[in-house]
Amino acid sequence: MRLNYPSSIRIIRVPCTGKVDVLHILRCFERGADGVYVVGCREGDCHYQSGNFRAKKRVEQAQQLLDRIGIGGSRVRMCNLSSSDAPLFVRFAEEMHAAVLGAGPNPVRAALASKRTITDPPAAGLNAGTGPLS
Amino acid sequence: MIVAAKKPIEEIIEQVKGLRSVLVLGCNECVTVCEAGGKKEVGVLASALRMYFLQQGREVNVGEHTLERQCDTEYLEEIRNNIDAYEAVVSLACGVGIQFTAERYPSKPVYPGVNTCFMGAALERGVWAERCQGCGSCILASTGAVCPVTRCAKRLLNGPCGGSTAGKCEISKDVDCAWQLIVDRLKTLGRLEDYETLCPVKDWSTDRAGGPRKVIREDLRS
Repeated sequence: MRLNYPSSIRIIRVPCTGKVDVLHILRCFERGADGVYVVGCREGDCHYQSGNFRAKKRVEQAQQLLDRIGIGGSRVRMCNLSSSDAPLFVRFAEEMHAAVLGAGPNPVRAALASKRTITDPPAAGLNAGTGPLS
Repeated sequence: MIVAAKKPIEEIIEQVKGLRSVLVLGCNECVTVCEAGGKKEVGVLASALRMYFLQQGREVNVGEHTLERQCDTEYLEEIRNNIDAYEAVVSLACGVGIQFTAERYPSKPVYPGVNTCFMGAALERGVWAERCQGCGSCILASTGAVCPVTRCAKRLLNGPCGGSTAGKCEISKDVDCAWQLIVDRLKTLGRLEDYETLCPVKDWSTDRAGGPRKVIREDLRS
């Protein structure tokens, strides 16, 4: 079909959206992403039965958390489509692109630009140091 | 296991908002199983705190670490060389772990990241229910292994009260009457005659009524 979708979108492939955790979504924002959308199979069509439903709940958790810390839960979405439905994939990409443009830049990214020293891990031996841009 | 629930992030932020560095400390035991304070929850909380402080324009060093157990001194020693890098600790362990961490590091403020709820079991994924109150003198042998101390709202030891209706407790239609469960269980075991045996007055001095408790095993002491 050779359809085009916004070039601002970076695809991270996972075996099933059931693999996606709240932590993965948060890490994206911590590293400066303006928005994250999880694209899973249609509800009821999950090869692993409930992977996309689990992803849906985790997206909701991430939305709530991001709302409460002031980043904005509207920057996260769950979308469902069939793997052969390219036009719908493009539509979701364009909708997400527009939503992110509307929400503006991730406030964390602006803060990171001016305060990069925070990324240093605190001390050897502790499994910290997952700071932004590290 | 000890069941805990995550504290609202706003409450944790309120505790740590004035700090310049904080260690989020998890525990690999009960709170990991009930998904309130394990390595994953440590990661989520630390990430959320980092983002919160960043957008507030604050430089706060948020570290992450998860111990095998926070209720044993040998595991708590693991952070001795690193804890000075932080002003305070947010512990995601149960109340025991939080207090024990504070006892081992007297000069370090330790804040709770979870609400410790009870000793219970997982009924299904995401649902936990209380099963033991640690009364210190177990009577499960005579009650068909259903605990009236925990599961009866009135802790009755000799049959149900008048508030038992259709197997449910008067406090809520979602709460089973413990004594209905006991009778059903004894019936299944063919031991219904046990129900006729009066339970003598229970020694509550081993419960919280006797104050904070200790178990001392002389055979294990060094």
